[in-house]
Amino acid sequence: MLRSSSSISQISRPFKAKLRRSFATVQDPPVRRYGGLRDQDRIFTNAYCKHDHGIKGALSRGDWHRTKDIIGKGDSWIIQTIKDSGLRGRGGAGFPSGLKWSFMNKPGWEKDPRPRYLVVNADEGEPGTCKDREILRGDPHKLIEGCLVAGRAMNATAAYIYIRGEFYQEASHVQQAINEAYKAGFLGKDACGSGYAFDVYLHRGAGAYICGEETALIESLEGKQGKPRLKPPFPADVGLFGCPTTVANVETVAVAPTICRRGAPWFASFGRARNQGTKLFCISGHVNNPCVVEEEMSIPLKELIEKHCGGVRGGWDNLLGIIPGGCSVPVLPIKKCEEVLMDYDSLKDAQSGLGTGAVIVMDKSTDIVRAIARFSQFYKHESCGQCTPCREGTTWMMNMMDRFVEGRGHQREIDMLLELTKQVEGRTICALGDAAAWPIQGLMRHFRPEVEKRIAQFRAENGTVLFGGRLLSETDPSMALPDNLGGSLKEASDATAAVSPPA
Amino acid sequence: MFAGRLARQLAAAAKPARSVRRISTTPARKSDALFIHRDTPYNNPKIPFKFNEENLKRAEEIISHYPPQYKKAAVIPLLDLAQRQNKGWTSISVMNYVANFLEMPPMRVYEVATFYTMFNREPIGENFVQVCTTTPCMLRGAYDILDTVCKELGDVKVGGTTKDGKFTVIEVECQGACSNAPMLVVGDDFYEDLTPETTKKILAAFKKGEKPKPGPQSGRQTSENSAGLTALTEKPYGPGEHCTPDFA
Repeated sequence: MLRSSSSISQISRPFKAKLRRSFATVQDPPVRRYGGLRDQDRIFTNAYCKHDHGIKGALSRGDWHRTKDIIGKGDSWIIQTIKDSGLRGRGGAGFPSGLKWSFMNKPGWEKDPRPRYLVVNADEGEPGTCKDREILRGDPHKLIEGCLVAGRAMNATAAYIYIRGEFYQEASHVQQAINEAYKAGFLGKDACGSGYAFDVYLHRGAGAYICGEETALIESLEGKQGKPRLKPPFPADVGLFGCPTTVANVETVAVAPTICRRGAPWFASFGRARNQGTKLFCISGHVNNPCVVEEEMSIPLKELIEKHCGGVRGGWDNLLGIIPGGCSVPVLPIKKCEEVLMDYDSLKDAQSGLGTGAVIVMDKSTDIVRAIARFSQFYKHESCGQCTPCREGTTWMMNMMDRFVEGRGHQREIDMLLELTKQVEGRTICALGDAAAWPIQGLMRHFRPEVEKRIAQFRAENGTVLFGGRLLSETDPSMALPDNLGGSLKEASDATAAVSPPA
Repeated sequence: MFAGRLARQLAAAAKPARSVRRISTTPARKSDALFIHRDTPYNNPKIPFKFNEENLKRAEEIISHYPPQYKKAAVIPLLDLAQRQNKGWTSISVMNYVANFLEMPPMRVYEVATFYTMFNREPIGENFVQVCTTTPCMLRGAYDILDTVCKELGDVKVGGTTKDGKFTVIEVECQGACSNAPMLVVGDDFYEDLTPETTKKILAAFKKGEKPKPGPQSGRQTSENSAGLTALTEKPYGPGEHCTPDFA
């Protein structure tokens, strides 16, 4: 049935069209190259702290320029502009920002007497990510102005900036910016002379990666342990202090005023459809010159590294793999690194993700198993302990990964580990369980032979390893050994070893 | 009675390991910090703690940031403030005082103080050295830095304090300076782009009681490309430039 229909479609394909095509009168659409953002299109002009981060420098770089007029345009204009610009959340999930902000203005919101909050997530803790830090210390006024603009869009009464406790210098720059903005009349009862009342407060955290999750962040702001809440109710209905709240990333908020001033079409002109805009990328690991740089979305990953970081250490061919979006996304092998574009859709198609735009480069000298095992340790340390699959699963994953580093395991345990990751994934309140599972899945997807090689080598040197990492030789012969520990199971490596001696 | 139990325990420990049937093959991993409090001479509820004048003012200012019925939202900033006043660690008296100050049950404060890693519930040295060893730093040799730190400070163990009480070394998770890896934190200051040599220099300065300049130790200013700028080379554009006619 299927085949017959496809053959019909083949027959019915117009022959003439094919002929016409060869005359080359219809041109192919021009191939657009992404990347090569010019300085005049960069939003964070003081990302490297070369200039004054205080209000004087900020004003000279165009911050707080006619903010009153932006506010005067009203909430629906700002939200429509953000929607048209195609801005997607820069914190990792990539949810369209205009849509998210519009959830705050449900029909009849005016009748709700509760205060409304914007919470800025500056709890940057994802390994590999260091982009918000540059905004916080270099361009704090962009963030404060962004709070006002985004706050106006969602009719918020106040904004809380939740900054991670370790960022002391950054917090002092932001606090300085807040104080200066109040003094200049940009914030307060009559923000920028527009008649709109708006306050911005800084709240320092105290070291917990999980507080980067939006509901955990709200809990932490309320002075509790940072344990994520079940959704629904969503924060837009019941959030901080029981009031409507929207949590947004620093970068998302900080680009809003510039988008409003320069127009949505300008911002939308960068990057591929549905992935528009500019983005701060932070490149770390085995590149010659690691750096943070603002680039166009959809820039090819290879170009990003070659152009801004002086290439991979020892040349591109020395590359082993790249984690393109912070530790929560799966690793990509060199072959895929060559073709992916740095945007949400391209990396999703490559079975990875853009995450926060944190590129971790690993060259051939890397012990990839150890690198991923270190992530498992990280997740074990940072799991809040609320949901059982994550609390127990991260510990199990860490234990197994630590054993795989030296190869102390059984071949079948790789699949057991993968099954474990599948059972943690999607069964927890927040995404930390998923985030802990994905790096391991990525490792096994692309580097499984490496893990198998280590296991085979360890087995060759130390004899049979039981499930759980105990050596068969370590067991007590006077005790009965359950036969489901894999002691008598043959492995592929045994077969070759058994065959080779006679040959 | 206690002595008898101890003797039994010793005897049990002396038995050959073979005959002990282990249910789990992996040794129990203790958490990096104990989540219970035991009264000790240096940490018990009888030791008084009070905010000084300056911190009292700051505390009132912090509480004013939150709605009046949600005073407890200030617990993390206040614990931090109190920890700074209490030589860098949060004793049981500090927690009790903050609980009293914010009119919340002490248990709610203990919960918070045990959850967040920046609250030290044991005394720390004068200089609190925190070395990041998460993967991006590890890739660039963070464990060498950690080893150097431990060796430089006289074979102090990770999590331990030097004998003179000047340094405490711990291993921490990502501090958010990955493009400047490897890095360590002393107190509140980040020291980035480290090599074993620069690490030694920093520690030597701290030993002398000086404070070396925080930031990248390789000569670059922040996280720009160290081989010359590839972005932001031009003068930043000013107010109204490139804006739509509405905002020009």
